[in-house]
Amino acid sequence: MSLVFEKRKSVSRTAIVVVPIVSFMASLLLTGALLAIFGADPMATYASMAKGAFGSWRAFTETLVKAIPLMLTGLGVALAFKLRFWNIGAEGQLTLASIAATWVALYWNWLPGPLVLPVLVLVGCAAGALWAGVPALLKTRLNVDETLVTLMLNYVALLLAEFLYYGPWRDPKGFGFPGTMVFPKEAWFPRIAGRAHIGLYFAIAVALILWFVLNRTRWGFELKVIGNSPKAARYQGIAVERNIMLAILLSGAICGLAGVGEVAGISRRLQQGMALGYGFTAIIVAWMAQLNPLAVPFVALLMGALLVGGDQVQMTMGLPSSIGTLMQGMILFPMLAGSLFTEYRIKRIGAQAVRESETGAA
Amino acid sequence: MKKTLIVASALLAALTLFGCAKKAEPVAEPAAVEPYKVAFIYIGVPGDLGWTHEHDVARLELEAALGDKVKTAYMENVPEGPDATRIIRQYAQDGYDMIFATSFGYMDPMAEVAAEFPDVKFVHCSGYKTSDNMSVYFGRIYQARYLAGIVAGRMTKTNIIGYPGAFPIPEVVRGINAFTLGARSVNPKAQVRVVWTNTWYDPVKEREAAVALLDAGADIITQHQDTVEPQKAAQERGKLSIGYDSDMRKFVGDTVLTSPVWNWAPYYIDTVKRGIDGTWKTGSYWEGLSADVVRLAEFSPLVPQELRDEVAAVKQKIVGGSWDVFTGPIKDNAGKLRVSDGARMSDDELLSLDWFVEGVVGKVQ
Repeated sequence: MSLVFEKRKSVSRTAIVVVPIVSFMASLLLTGALLAIFGADPMATYASMAKGAFGSWRAFTETLVKAIPLMLTGLGVALAFKLRFWNIGAEGQLTLASIAATWVALYWNWLPGPLVLPVLVLVGCAAGALWAGVPALLKTRLNVDETLVTLMLNYVALLLAEFLYYGPWRDPKGFGFPGTMVFPKEAWFPRIAGRAHIGLYFAIAVALILWFVLNRTRWGFELKVIGNSPKAARYQGIAVERNIMLAILLSGAICGLAGVGEVAGISRRLQQGMALGYGFTAIIVAWMAQLNPLAVPFVALLMGALLVGGDQVQMTMGLPSSIGTLMQGMILFPMLAGSLFTEYRIKRIGAQAVRESETGAA
Repeated sequence: MKKTLIVASALLAALTLFGCAKKAEPVAEPAAVEPYKVAFIYIGVPGDLGWTHEHDVARLELEAALGDKVKTAYMENVPEGPDATRIIRQYAQDGYDMIFATSFGYMDPMAEVAAEFPDVKFVHCSGYKTSDNMSVYFGRIYQARYLAGIVAGRMTKTNIIGYPGAFPIPEVVRGINAFTLGARSVNPKAQVRVVWTNTWYDPVKEREAAVALLDAGADIITQHQDTVEPQKAAQERGKLSIGYDSDMRKFVGDTVLTSPVWNWAPYYIDTVKRGIDGTWKTGSYWEGLSADVVRLAEFSPLVPQELRDEVAAVKQKIVGGSWDVFTGPIKDNAGKLRVSDGARMSDDELLSLDWFVEGVVGKVQ
């Protein structure tokens, strides 16, 4: 008797719900063992993590602060991944959008006050779209691999931001330290609670719209076909290149929205410590959500909780900061591995079947 | 058996996460006297040497000095900017009495949280924003840099000293200028060449910068970052170096002639004592060699006695207060007179320094 993996004919609905939960439990067990090795009480650590992320209203708003950019970049990345367009440039799209938003906030002084925020959002999204548009254009026109282009454009955007806040945009009253001036009040995102800002509404709206577009419209159907097989799509007369281009511009714009939220909602200036890797974590968020736009906000919230709760590992348990990062990895592994079981199932095959397959092979 | 225990405890832990977190809240044990709770925010990890290491050494000395009366905690690798706000607020919320933030970029986050928690004392290293419950502190490490510059100026043969700079910000520029003034006070031909790495800790980049400077003819290397790679690179070429932050001679060897180093413990102990007995007041602390908050580490045997005496004499002059490093005449490296003869630069000018003195080859970007 032996066990084999067999691809499920259709993705199991039960598995979609059960597998992530079981995986999460498995992660907690693994991480608990890790913590025990380091001499920390796993139970106390988890309790303090949960308390750190959800224990008070204020803690919860901080979890939201982390979750908002993860939701938006997660959605942007998920859309691109649906098309099998490997956009790993969300970080760059986020950064360029934050640069563009800063430009509007600080230098478009001719804008009447009430228009500042809408224009800032639009210009920021456009910048994100532009940054995603470059690899999309190269991919659709010249078949250049998008993985490399999106990855490398991250660094271009990050260095551009660094150049600006060290150079021409440096706050003249900042004692020479790197960072722009603080935005005027008209360019601040209203905050909902604590530091959580209206980016949350944007994220939820984008999730709903994206789900609707992907599942209930013709365009969404076309994108799915392209994702499954560009050849088949072309055969059906779908404008593959044009659709990829449009979808990736949209993906970049959504990632850009995250960057707008970071500068207009949180730091209210362009400065060091902005690029915290949300664009990269977004890839994990998108995969964990199995590219389902409605699942992304929840996964992002969980990731946000891990990031915020992870601080507690250091603060209350006195473990080194690297343990926090290690724990995040430990928690993700089984979850990603678990997704195997939503698409495959384990089948027991009897001795006879094995013998048969052996003879077949011979 | 042990395995089973681990698994069982982990399973329990998992249940706790899904259960009510409140249940796990620790019940405070009644103590005779509540210790004074002090938290530190670190930009890096304590490790074996460097900026954060020196703060952590002082934290441990604080614990040793005050014993049961104080309880300290720290958070390492806290990025400057929005993330710091959350961490600082968390400590304030958790009932810490005093919070030290040990990097410039924590200034705005700390000011924001300080406004929300008037009963908590906030102490920020190297910034300029103060309020009723937020004070600032820093050390005039430039004085020790000046002394190190004298050593370098005397010991260089090629008259070129290489200086990988961290970031083009006033703190770093001040160090480079003081070092150069020191070197040229004894050797007017000495030249300090600066290469920016835009890093605080990046062994590869910092080594590359040092190698480039050695290639350009430098025979002494000093720097502003937290690695010993520049010093090691110099040693491999048979060249000398001067450390920073910690006594780097311990890690590299006698080719490190000396190091300007931090000594935060006296300040931390004094500040926390004031917090405990209620005499703490906001303010701005910026002391130097005279308060022993900055020092020059022990000399390498390669430094001759007469040079040690010379340095000691200049140190006395600075400690006495009659003279300080940034006393005119000082020209910038474009030849313009910036500080007239006998004038002394104000602290405000020093804190926003954005030009190099004569003798520095490089640009403040």
